[in-house]
Amino acid sequence: MEGAMQTESKIRVDSGTEHGPRGPGCSLRHFACEQNLLSRPDGSASFLQGDTSVLAGVYGPAEVKVSKEIFNKATLEVILRPKTGLPGVAEKSRERLIRNTCEAVVLGALHPRTSITVVLQVVSDAGSLLACCLNAACMALVDAGVPMRALFCGVTCALHSDGTLMLDPTAKQEKEARAVLTFALDSVERKLLMSTTKGLYSDAELQQCLAAAQTASTHVFRFYRESLQRRYSKS
Amino acid sequence: MAAGFKTVEPLEYYRRFLKENCRPDGRELGEFRTTTVNVGSIGTADGSSLVKLGNTTVICGIKAEFGAPPTDAPDKGYVVPNVDLSPLCSWRFRSGPPGEEAQVASQFIADVIENSQIINKEDLCISSGKLAWVLYCDLICLNHDGNILDACTFALLAALKNVQLPEVTINEETALAEVNLKKKSYLNIRTHPVATSFAVFDDTLLIVDPTEEEEHLATGTLTVVMDEEGRLCCLHKPGGSGLTGSKLQDCMSRAVTRHREVKQLMDEVFKSMKPK
Repeated sequence: MEGAMQTESKIRVDSGTEHGPRGPGCSLRHFACEQNLLSRPDGSASFLQGDTSVLAGVYGPAEVKVSKEIFNKATLEVILRPKTGLPGVAEKSRERLIRNTCEAVVLGALHPRTSITVVLQVVSDAGSLLACCLNAACMALVDAGVPMRALFCGVTCALHSDGTLMLDPTAKQEKEARAVLTFALDSVERKLLMSTTKGLYSDAELQQCLAAAQTASTHVFRFYRESLQRRYSKS
Repeated sequence: MAAGFKTVEPLEYYRRFLKENCRPDGRELGEFRTTTVNVGSIGTADGSSLVKLGNTTVICGIKAEFGAPPTDAPDKGYVVPNVDLSPLCSWRFRSGPPGEEAQVASQFIADVIENSQIINKEDLCISSGKLAWVLYCDLICLNHDGNILDACTFALLAALKNVQLPEVTINEETALAEVNLKKKSYLNIRTHPVATSFAVFDDTLLIVDPTEEEEHLATGTLTVVMDEEGRLCCLHKPGGSGLTGSKLQDCMSRAVTRHREVKQLMDEVFKSMKPK
């Protein structure tokens, strides 16, 4: 019986405290991931980015309602529950983003007429929430053994009014920023799977943020690999 | 014979056209459908517009009502968008609470209004902390033939330009608002955000302005909202196949040309309107 495996990683280019000021460049907050912590879902993962924490559970491939079944692939469903209050229109919009990202990587054709449900619960929100949700969803899908063509990760970029770029912003930095861009990148070719943005920015700034996000994603994928290696080498 | 092939293998049927760099309705890959716009047709609304993108028809009606400003921003008014996808527009929707697509579209329009700062919310305030205008923007889709986001953004922009708010003064003695319906003024529209939607096919080809069947066959969609200075208000890519940076660049340049086309059309329409 595998117990919960916990791996932590400090991914910082410059040294400093977690809550200290960060310089521009590729510096992400402290990461932590715990897999297989819930017994009922087929796969589960908890992903921590700084103080932001999201718990994900995956059920599937399981039975699907006849009204929702697709004849040649699996039906993916994502449920996002906020920390407080009832889910609203913003959650529905985020669910659609996460679902479409997962649909692009999950090999649904291997499990036709089944359903794969990803349930995400926000435990704490301290900035970069959507990126943390994406990372937790990916780790949970891996834990559940759902066949995927690539892994994906979420990276958030904040642009300040003077043009400086900041990766993985905290809630305070997001509020002060002129624009906040969240990207989902795949692990094979670092292509852009999903993007959602807030605020005004120019085309050149977009390319800059995308390039920075692609570099940051290599750290995240390396962390995924290390965390899974550690888990499977011990058991 | 072609109709039979289209029913059995819709994707293959479509690929035959894409190989020749065109689409079943005769358009090129980068061509938009005929766009028509009609402004001010709803007499009971404070501002209205009707936009047709090929067969996709969206009507926008804006009503202005009084409301108390939010406590954390006492000198700002509200703009409340709502996209309604009723069973009238497509067989895919049922009556009842808004489905997922309607909610996503409403959130998208709310984000566009917020990000592009199309109107200054301070302009909507009448009396700080006490009274402000609330603009209820209802976007109703009459016919859904794909590319609903572009049509809704355009309809909203045209309707906002058409909104006329009456002058309101606060009577000091009674502390009541007095509305002067004879004196109306247009809203100050600061930017003109225009949305351009693309559909991704087979992970490589990008086509502009997808129809409903193209949206179903596509492996991903992308919507770019740009204002007149080339700044991006929104890059909405809800999953789907991956795109490289260079493909994004091509989309940006198409979005710039589309913005020019739409701006030209809007200027023509507003110039031709007779003053009330």
